[in-house]
Amino acid sequence: MIQLMMSLRIAIRALRVNKMRALLTMLGIIIGIAAVIAMVAIGAGASKVISDQIASMGSNLLLVLPGSTTSGGLRTGSGGTPTLTYDDAKAIKAECPSVSEVAPTVRGTAQVVYGNQNWSTIVLGTTPEMVIVREWPIQSGRNLSQSDVDGATKNCLIGQTVAENLFGDSDPLGKIVRIKKVPFTVVGVLDRKGRSAQGTDQDDVIYIPLITAQRKVFGSLFPNTIGAMMIQAKDAESLKKAEEEVTSLLTQRHRIGPNKDADFTVRNLSEIMEVSAQSSKVMSLLLGAVASISLIVGGIGIMNIMLVSVTERTREIGIRMAIGAKEGDILLQFLTEAVLLTTLGGIVGMVLGVTSAFTVSKLAGWPTLISFQAIVIAVVFSAGVGVFFGFYPARKAASLNPIDALRYE
Amino acid sequence: MSEVVSLKGISKIYTMGDQRVEALKDISLTVQKGDFVAIMGASGSGKSTCMNILGCLDKPTSGEYWLEGVNVSDLAKNQLADIRNSKIGFVFQGFNLLARTTARENVELPLIYAKASSSERRERAEAALSMVGLSDRADHYSNQLSGGQQQRVAIARALVNQPAIIMADEPTGNLDSKTTLEIMSIFQKLNRQGITIIMITHEPDVAAFTGRNIVFRDGHIISDTKVINPTDAETMREAI
Repeated sequence: MIQLMMSLRIAIRALRVNKMRALLTMLGIIIGIAAVIAMVAIGAGASKVISDQIASMGSNLLLVLPGSTTSGGLRTGSGGTPTLTYDDAKAIKAECPSVSEVAPTVRGTAQVVYGNQNWSTIVLGTTPEMVIVREWPIQSGRNLSQSDVDGATKNCLIGQTVAENLFGDSDPLGKIVRIKKVPFTVVGVLDRKGRSAQGTDQDDVIYIPLITAQRKVFGSLFPNTIGAMMIQAKDAESLKKAEEEVTSLLTQRHRIGPNKDADFTVRNLSEIMEVSAQSSKVMSLLLGAVASISLIVGGIGIMNIMLVSVTERTREIGIRMAIGAKEGDILLQFLTEAVLLTTLGGIVGMVLGVTSAFTVSKLAGWPTLISFQAIVIAVVFSAGVGVFFGFYPARKAASLNPIDALRYE
Repeated sequence: MSEVVSLKGISKIYTMGDQRVEALKDISLTVQKGDFVAIMGASGSGKSTCMNILGCLDKPTSGEYWLEGVNVSDLAKNQLADIRNSKIGFVFQGFNLLARTTARENVELPLIYAKASSSERRERAEAALSMVGLSDRADHYSNQLSGGQQQRVAIARALVNQPAIIMADEPTGNLDSKTTLEIMSIFQKLNRQGITIIMITHEPDVAAFTGRNIVFRDGHIISDTKVINPTDAETMREAI
């Protein structure tokens, strides 16, 4: 320990004597570490935005779409035929133990009119469960209720974009809007949700009771059918099980025989999340590669300078050996010097990286996420680079013959 | 008086390529405690090789070297480093101080490798510096000192571990005659305090300050004489 303190003091002195050279040598490590930390912060920020967007859809979700049917050799696409019903949704809710909420939907676009303002938006006929499934808080007013659905009332819940476009600054609650000429009372305003992962404005929407949508707004050829349903599993673990339960229940209810195509599709929305996790993994792998390359280049610079330093200080090494320094003392001295160089470089690089990540997020408005873990790894790694690339020069110094070293000019 | 150094049949053979150089041929020599010995000889006579062996910087090809009752001729590298640290103080022709380092830190250096505490290092370094009359220059950088002062710092560094012998390799070779007197006067003063000194020189004038002159030629000792009446450096200084 005393020895380490001593080598540290000698190393600090040696670096102080050659400040400019020490700084230039460190530059490689500084830039490497700074780049890594800044890039990791920006990368992590970007992937957090993506995962937030995905999470904004709601968590542990299954999406059930009406499937393709084959009639007369003609296959329709997914969602092409209305095969799902409100009763399917009720059955799933009642019979699948891994499912916590089911929100059936009927979807369409419509012109919405309030006073002299009008706005084309997405109108979604649904049930009160929708806001639960989407984890979407209500900013003011109330949610649709089950009695709104059962009684096919003309109440509606509007998104922020709709509220802004139709009402401007005035309070929409209790106002009457016309959706396809049918008057609806605004009973609640949804909180702002932002853009979805696909970039669509999630706030540009109006929720109306499912039955109202089926009967009075979109008037379908197939009564009681729904467009799709969103199902929330109890938790992340039961998602897979919920998918199986829903599939088998619907197979039964729709009387799909073996070797027949199902007339519905169950999609697991967490797969999207997995894809994005995969892509961020690739990204961090790429960053790691860039980091290693820059650290290796920096390390070679350190090794180069340390070799020069050993040659330059051959006489000093000779003196130290003559007055009693052992090989181990000399080895430790030069190794400490190399590690000090890289660690200092690592710390300066870290500060620079954090600062630039911060500046980028301030100036460009990019979200950044500085992880403590990345910082620790970077600094430890830079010390490791010092040990690795400092060893050869230190070994060279320690193996000098004192007589030759003393005579070196 | 006790024997500090005892060389028994020391030979040193260098092989450079296919050339074989016999630098020392069967040298035997003893140095008593409190001796002040000058080793003389032309270049190539073997005196530097002898110095390297005496200073434990090199090992003899054959023969035994006893230093204060320890046979050091077959010690390992690290053990030799310990011996150099605790029993030998070096003074070189080119001073060999660390540049951009204060006089005190230079003197403390052997104590660092002896793992002395910082307070002990400071105390002993200051004592050694005062022995060579440089207490007031302790905080000067070595490159701010004159040649004579640098050599005095080097002597203080050699003294600081209270070694068995001080090995001085042409300590006045880079100094003018006035400073030479100054350094020799310090050596004589230290010797009177009982410190054993072995000095290499090729100047008979300088050898005249010591108590015993050993002359090397072609790897042999050709003469080993006691100096009857050594010149006193201090009186010469006063005379000038």
